[in-house]
Amino acid sequence: MNALPWTIYFSFAGALLALVAGTHSAAVARRVALTTALAGLAAAALAAARFVPGPGMQDLQDVAWIPELGIRYHLAADGISLTLVLLTGIAATAGVLFSWNIEERVGEFFALYFALIGGVYGVFLSADAFVLFVFYEIAIVPKYFLIANWGSTNREYGAMKLVLYSFVGSALVLAGLLWAYAAGGGKSFALADLVRTAAGFSRTEQLAMFALVFLGFGILAGLFPFHTWAPTGHVAAPTAASMLLAGVVMKLGAYGCLRVAMPMFPAGLAFWQPAIAWLAIAGILYAGLVALVQEDFKFVIGYSSVSHMGFVLLGLASANPRAVSGAVLQMFSHGVIAGLLFAVVGRMVYERTHTRRLADLQAMPLHRWLPFPALVFVLAGLASMGMPGFSGFPSELTILIGAWKTSPVWALCAGAGVLVAAAFTLRAIQVAFFGRANRHEAPSHRIEAELRTDDNVETTPALATPHHPYAPISWPEKAGALLLIAATVYIGLRPDFLLRWITPALESPMLQAILKGGTP
Amino acid sequence: MNVAYGDLLRAFLPETCLVAGALLVLAVDLATGRRRARPERMATAAVVGAIAVLAAALGTLAMGTSGAAFGGVLVLDSLSVATRLGVLLLAFLTLLLVGPLVRLPHPAEYVAVLLFATAGLTMMAAAQQLLLAFVALELASLSLYILAGFDKSRPDSAEAALKYFLFGGISAAFLLFGFSLIYGLTGSIELPEIARTLATQPPGPLLAVALVMVLVAFGYKAAAAPFHLWAPDVYQGAPPSSAALIASASKLAGFTLFVRLLWGGLAAPPGVPSWGAVAAILAAVSLLLGNVAALAQTNLRRLLAYSAISHAGALLLGVIVAGRAGPGPLFYYAATYGIATVGAFGVIAVLDRAGGCQTIADLAGLHRRSPLLAGCLAVFVLSLAGIPPLAGFFGKFVVFAEALRAGGLAGAPGWLALLAIAMSAVALYYYLQILKQALVAPASPIASRLAVPATAAAALVAAALLLLGLGLYPSVLLRLFVSG
Amino acid sequence: MNQVPWLSLVIFTPWAGAVLLALLRRAHPHVCRTLALGFSLSTLALSLFLLARFDPGRSGLQFPELQVWISALNVHYRLGLDGLSLILVLLTGLVAPAAQLASWRLGHSVRLFGLLLLLLQGAALGVFLALDFFHWFIFWELSLVPAYFLIKFWGGSGASRAAYQFVVYTIGGSAFMLVGFAALFGATGTFDFLELARRAAEGEVAARLGPWGVRAVFLGVFLGLAVKVPLWPLHTWLPPAYAEAPTGVSMFLTGVMSKMGVYGFLRILWPIFPAELHAAAPCLIVLALGGVVLGAWAAMRQTDLKRMVAYSSVNHLSYCLLALFAVAHATGRPGLSSPAAASALSGTLLQLFNHGLSAAALFHCVGLLEVRAGGRRGLDDFGGVRTVAPVLAGFCGVAMFSSLGLPGLNGFVGEFLIFRGVFGLAPAAAGIACLGLLATALFLLTFWQRVFHGPTGASVAGWRDLTLVEIAPLVPLTVLMFVLGVYPQLLAGLINPLVTAWAGHLVLP
Repeated sequence: MNALPWTIYFSFAGALLALVAGTHSAAVARRVALTTALAGLAAAALAAARFVPGPGMQDLQDVAWIPELGIRYHLAADGISLTLVLLTGIAATAGVLFSWNIEERVGEFFALYFALIGGVYGVFLSADAFVLFVFYEIAIVPKYFLIANWGSTNREYGAMKLVLYSFVGSALVLAGLLWAYAAGGGKSFALADLVRTAAGFSRTEQLAMFALVFLGFGILAGLFPFHTWAPTGHVAAPTAASMLLAGVVMKLGAYGCLRVAMPMFPAGLAFWQPAIAWLAIAGILYAGLVALVQEDFKFVIGYSSVSHMGFVLLGLASANPRAVSGAVLQMFSHGVIAGLLFAVVGRMVYERTHTRRLADLQAMPLHRWLPFPALVFVLAGLASMGMPGFSGFPSELTILIGAWKTSPVWALCAGAGVLVAAAFTLRAIQVAFFGRANRHEAPSHRIEAELRTDDNVETTPALATPHHPYAPISWPEKAGALLLIAATVYIGLRPDFLLRWITPALESPMLQAILKGGTP
Repeated sequence: MNVAYGDLLRAFLPETCLVAGALLVLAVDLATGRRRARPERMATAAVVGAIAVLAAALGTLAMGTSGAAFGGVLVLDSLSVATRLGVLLLAFLTLLLVGPLVRLPHPAEYVAVLLFATAGLTMMAAAQQLLLAFVALELASLSLYILAGFDKSRPDSAEAALKYFLFGGISAAFLLFGFSLIYGLTGSIELPEIARTLATQPPGPLLAVALVMVLVAFGYKAAAAPFHLWAPDVYQGAPPSSAALIASASKLAGFTLFVRLLWGGLAAPPGVPSWGAVAAILAAVSLLLGNVAALAQTNLRRLLAYSAISHAGALLLGVIVAGRAGPGPLFYYAATYGIATVGAFGVIAVLDRAGGCQTIADLAGLHRRSPLLAGCLAVFVLSLAGIPPLAGFFGKFVVFAEALRAGGLAGAPGWLALLAIAMSAVALYYYLQILKQALVAPASPIASRLAVPATAAAALVAAALLLLGLGLYPSVLLRLFVSG
Repeated sequence: MNQVPWLSLVIFTPWAGAVLLALLRRAHPHVCRTLALGFSLSTLALSLFLLARFDPGRSGLQFPELQVWISALNVHYRLGLDGLSLILVLLTGLVAPAAQLASWRLGHSVRLFGLLLLLLQGAALGVFLALDFFHWFIFWELSLVPAYFLIKFWGGSGASRAAYQFVVYTIGGSAFMLVGFAALFGATGTFDFLELARRAAEGEVAARLGPWGVRAVFLGVFLGLAVKVPLWPLHTWLPPAYAEAPTGVSMFLTGVMSKMGVYGFLRILWPIFPAELHAAAPCLIVLALGGVVLGAWAAMRQTDLKRMVAYSSVNHLSYCLLALFAVAHATGRPGLSSPAAASALSGTLLQLFNHGLSAAALFHCVGLLEVRAGGRRGLDDFGGVRTVAPVLAGFCGVAMFSSLGLPGLNGFVGEFLIFRGVFGLAPAAAGIACLGLLATALFLLTFWQRVFHGPTGASVAGWRDLTLVEIAPLVPLTVLMFVLGVYPQLLAGLINPLVTAWAGHLVLP
């Protein structure tokens, strides 16, 4: 377990190293970045291998930091943290691989990238609300520069919107936490202590504080109707940043909701539960429907992220062990899948075709020109639809089971979301990659082709333009895609791998108090 | 009272060092300056001045916190020692920037006046008597007026000095009027004595008038809305090094004096202090107006001025909560704010020398022209914005935490804290506008690489590292105030 | 007792073939074809092997496999085979190689085609053998993916739209089923079909879900299955999908995939929700009748031969559902005649198999006509084909009459048993269903007459008759049509114990 804090330190050290290396050579900076990401992943994997699941957070580091305010630098982890740290490691590694082609200000890019990653690792490992908040804010600012510097469409607007939304969210969190800290006597910021003191607050206070903190974190998790930063930001961001933003950073919000807002204010949770659930459902359906009519390929994926995060929030709002374990699983699953989708759209396709308009893509036989991205996108799309065999399925299923326990109507509405997800994903697959797959949509004659007895002709010449203008898929792209696909398929077939960490974590006293319905 | 001049010298050791240093600067320049070029003279003056500042700092440390000195005129508690050191640090950083960067006529005089201003500020930090406070304040203010108008080649520098002087003069008048009323009410000019007397008196209208006078005067000094009107013009027109001192050290010393005056002298012990409501209103208006007006700025220095106004609001909140929480949070906030501001003006000074830096757009492409400068600017601006792990974040955090600890949302401080938190999101927008130009926007084709002089670079890096270090280990400063 | 995981082998051999094809990137198309055919034949071989070791006397599941899979969700990897599964596996074993053979002349991307068809085959087999919702649903949903691409890539001019419609409809249904099973799991903590059926029989499911909950869950699962079958009026995706798909895929879709829905009704819906099915049966009978009558009626109005056959599929599968609903309707009725129920149920099972054979053969014949006519397949585009291509006409005729239910051919037995059973259980419904029989006879005879008889059309002149490759898939199908027509016991023997067991449990708990 003691390897886990190193994920944070590796990342920050890697950020500095990359910055220095970048002044000399881009290639060295890239290697530094890959090494850093792999070191983080290795630390996470090592910790995972030695992890003994159990209820409660297992201490990693605990030293006095600011004794004047009762703040300790306290890192700890349980199965939930570990799951998300592992996700971060995977997403970070894949992100580096998909950023291999960045040529401009490479060192700075990776420095900001790993500053963000370090913050993310930190949030997942904090056991002190102040530490958590500090890491949370550290993760915000690099996003702006990553998007504004290396982004594409409308990047400065997207970056500013995203960062301001995040910051407003964190301001709400700060207000709520400070209030709770002060009202509890101002002795300690340890989560456990905050939970204990918050139990003594009046109902009104709990309701208000919960609303502040949950909404603050919820904004970052893409809670409808505060989700609008997500699509614009994700679209504007460079590929690796989109992958991280949708894949990991949105999870920070959900994690904050689960780790901070919900245990601290059970009364608030009970009161706001239906509202959150309905907002989550509205997010699932609304974002899904909006994704269905997008003209920009990346917007489809951007909205799909919001829709999928709706499932996470629904799982949290259902507040029973089953649903919450599903929500955590979905966090992992969506992290991997969103990364994959953005990688295909942003890196593999856009950087070659330089268009993301679906209408333009439809006019190209992309599945022939770029067969590997087409295959990856089909797999990622299936995973995103919640197709069984991929990680989206067990997680959404588990969430639905849990949601049904709390309210069957929620589960039914969310089920409609699965359908919408299938529709927009399928549309994206069909239009973007297979727009001219069918020979009748291109000038050629099927029957003639079918009657040809010449067995050597694999493809009809009219379509198979052998010399397309695009660079071949490079090894980092393949490696990144394979890493993510392996993750989603493995978890799809063996969700137990993560669930055996997550389920015991939900039995900690802190969480058990708010999760109704006993152990799953 | 018998004046023991030995005592006096010891109590004013730092000021003595500074004044002696100022005279030395003048003397050296007189002796050697005629034959040398102006940059060389400026460098020499700055080096001598920096040595004087270091000597003053050593003097401050040597005296330690020895309590009331010189018959209660001065107090050497942890707050005054810390403030003196803070002021000296900020002056030192400014001098490092002044040496290689500032191209003014009469370099020695500039440094000497700067040292006089510093002496006034250190004196303010320790004053515990109305008369000394006023004298110190005026010494500092008059020096700062001169510093603001030192660049005689530029009309806006003169305009800045004139505005600053007029507003400052009015505020001095208010302050003096307030002080005389207090003296009339209590028969004393010593703060502890005033507090004792006021505690036995029922609050009367005369006291209210006096308090309002004092608050208005400090509102002017601290550039709190609605008395902020001079600040944008001064920040814009004054030479960057002068603006740096005005924005940083004078704020730090001013707020120290303010908190000592209000809590040490004018706090009627039972219940809420009577000036609390006025201060709260000033804080709220400053927070709102500073942040909102900053959104509309295109001039970098005016933007920093409005941001200073909003920070003044937060600092006033720190003053309000200092009664319960002690001056620690306020000092931490003011000191780290000062470091960040000096740094920001230092960057402006470097750019100014290379061809002018007025609008935000002048920062465009800074990351290409000088990565070091861009990186440092990012640290300063993010610290001002309150982003962890930089010190600006923790300053806000601790002030807001204390404000809420002072009674949750039952009292004004709690709500002010919430307002300030909300406004910090607004503030991020304009701070990011600065950083967008510096770190994202492409350089204009005619812009060349910037050469940053070594001492200036050292000063900026030191300031940035200080912000990072103090942000990571805020206890270094907070610890000073726990027992004291 | 059995160390070799025979059933897993059945499922995964085609997938192994698909993987192999995926790896052979530069293989000659002919090699690809042969490999694909070989792997698809593995199912036939294994199912014949299973048939030999199958004990028809037992109604329980044989060749069981059980592994803990996801302990947190109480999911087990559970496979088993009974008579119902066995005949469907056999059917797959027959139709899948036939579909591969029917696509022998495919012009392009042979490797990909074979690969996808093998994937589809494996998924279908998985559906017939899986006994736990978790992996059953994996197979169920994964079958859509290859089907989608097969229709889209190799289909006709409207294929993209048809494929999209097909998948969205089916996933739409599945989404409701998914929610339904989520609720079931929430109530019972298990995904195991048999366990769920057992608890349902004890009344535990209904008690845990509450009266409205159990209805909602029933409706969800029902929708998922009904779209797949499809039950009228949820069938609108089917005609375009079948008509636009390439011949081999149409064969597989109608021959095997349409059976997945009916299988789901028999394996899942009926055992787990007997009371709800009973309650809903009157409405459902009406819907099934809608399929029978309107399906046939619509077929009669078609001028496109493929769409005609597609509608006839709707009609034929509706017989199966009609029988099942009639049995469910009659469940628990005092005067329930068990023989009638048994007859209806065995009719259903036989009809599943027989329809698979005859519909696949019919689609193949229409495909052959289409290829010869240069892509046209209108009812009036032909004429006098019998004189030009007598062999084709002969095979097509057999398939058609089998489909029509001519005594002596296999189709007759199933339909006869269904009608006999339904007459005993719901006479009025059987009466109305006769209209469907009539319409079927009408449109098939019209087909026969317009296409094969009359003066030789201009477009028909000079046709080749069937080649060996084209005959190959038809021969085993046709032979079986005759054999099963004459000796239905061959098949019925496999399912009789099962049907008897089912019919014996028809008293509601």
